[in-house]
Amino acid sequence: MARKFVLLSLCALMAIVAFMVLGAKGNWDFILAFRGKKLVALICVAIAISIATIVFQTLTGNRILTPEIMGFDVLFRLLQTALIFGFGAMSYALLSPELKFLLEFGLLSGAAILLFGVLLGNGVQDLFRMLLAGVILGILFRSLISLMTRLIDPNEFAALQSAFYASFNRVDTSLLMVAIPMIVVSCLYAWRKRHVLDVMALGREQAIGLGLNYRKELFSGLIIVTALVATSTALVGPVTFFGLLVSAVSYELVKSHQHGPIMVAAALIAIIVLVGGQAVFERVLGMGATLSIVVEFVGGLVFLYLVLRRVRP
Amino acid sequence: MLVSRIPRTLAALLAGASLAVAGIIMQTFVRNRFVEPGTTGTAECAALGILATTLFIPAAPLFLKMVISSGTALAGAAVFMLLVRKLPPTQPLLVPLTGLIYGATIFAATEFVAYEYDLLQYLSVWMAAEFSGVMQGRYELLWVSGAVAVLAYFFADRFTIAGFGQETAIGLGLNYRQILIIGLCIVALITSFTIITVGMIPFVGLVVPNIVSRYRGDNARETLPLIALLGGTLVLASDLIGRLINYPYEIPVGVVFGVLGTVVFLWLLFAKPARNG
Repeated sequence: MARKFVLLSLCALMAIVAFMVLGAKGNWDFILAFRGKKLVALICVAIAISIATIVFQTLTGNRILTPEIMGFDVLFRLLQTALIFGFGAMSYALLSPELKFLLEFGLLSGAAILLFGVLLGNGVQDLFRMLLAGVILGILFRSLISLMTRLIDPNEFAALQSAFYASFNRVDTSLLMVAIPMIVVSCLYAWRKRHVLDVMALGREQAIGLGLNYRKELFSGLIIVTALVATSTALVGPVTFFGLLVSAVSYELVKSHQHGPIMVAAALIAIIVLVGGQAVFERVLGMGATLSIVVEFVGGLVFLYLVLRRVRP
Repeated sequence: MLVSRIPRTLAALLAGASLAVAGIIMQTFVRNRFVEPGTTGTAECAALGILATTLFIPAAPLFLKMVISSGTALAGAAVFMLLVRKLPPTQPLLVPLTGLIYGATIFAATEFVAYEYDLLQYLSVWMAAEFSGVMQGRYELLWVSGAVAVLAYFFADRFTIAGFGQETAIGLGLNYRQILIIGLCIVALITSFTIITVGMIPFVGLVVPNIVSRYRGDNARETLPLIALLGGTLVLASDLIGRLINYPYEIPVGVVFGVLGTVVFLWLLFAKPARNG
């Protein structure tokens, strides 16, 4: 067990070094500042998505659902669009990014708790119905986004679009000052609650029987998930299958039901995939923006495999 | 008016009608109410086919493009049918779910290729339907698509029987394999024609047959004309909404139908079981 973690940490370290050093030419002061910022953002995203996925999977009591598959991240985008729509693009652009983010986060928490609290409140009875509803909700949110973006004055929208669409390749680093404390606090909370999560993983009835305030823990867990997903979406935009990929690999690797080791492993794996992948794709293959597409492709295959394996006795 | 309005109206009607027909055929074969070409990877495969043709044979005439994309659409639909066979019949919702992810995976592959060759813009044109580019001389392929849908009418009875399942169908004296191939060909042709001319309109093939079957049952010969009519009307109405809601700008019909279609889908998903039990 300990050896696995040492190995994972080494790999993550190598990925980070590769990201910083590969193809670096010129003034190191500049490179350190420029790449360092991006590196921090990518690590933030990796940790946020992996922890959010693990917590969410425990809350919903299965290992196929992820917040992204249920449409959390697209919901965040939708709220952003709705805000622009409501305020008008110009006054929206004038708000400071931190304030905007906090506003959006508040709205997202409300919407997510309303939507998913209702859906998940009594435990997941019909997994596949939930999954399908989530996928369809995602499509609905996406359609609504494109509907609203078309309703906004095209000139106004064009001014915003560049700031609006982040990706692995074009990380929105202006939000780091809010994102880092957000992620640190959420992760610390999740870490402190890891034993509570262990109990919740037994199922709703057992957890209540063991004296857990299930409802309260469910909602606080959902808020953590929301905070993490909102932060990562604001930084790099929606990524549907990344969390699933990471969590599936870490369950396979750790073979434990304790959330402590699983969460650490998931975060490390996420860093390896994201930072290492970005280093390889951007510096070696010279195709930066395609990492997200490849992650979607592989993640989609993993998802199909998990679903198909599950139905077999 | 003759140049743009009439073709546009006809295009919307034809595309809607034939997509709805493709949807009901697919639903009958898979024996699942929640599938259609746009949510099971057929459309994505057709787009992949067009993309491949554009890349390797840039000078290909429209006809060749059509043949190739129909071929890939057919292959995509066939693979999906094979996938569905592996799924347990006790979990009906697994079928659309697998289809959606299957489609998303193929789309990611297509996107990757398109990105590498700077063709992403074309891809978004194929996947989001828009009728604003429709003019005389640019939509006639849809007539073929409509004709194929009419062809489907002649096989309607056999499709219904095939919908009973392989054993029953063979027991009733049907050449199951042959009818399956014919049906899939029809679906593939309609899908690729629509994508080439206007782009994919998601959820038409899913929503329309469901509405009709609620009132008229599942006898394909009886319901097929109704399905086609309703499909055409709904698409035309969506196009009109898209044109008027933000006048003088236009909203692509795919977006309008995406919103309407998903809402209806969710309603079907949660309302149906409550009604049956």
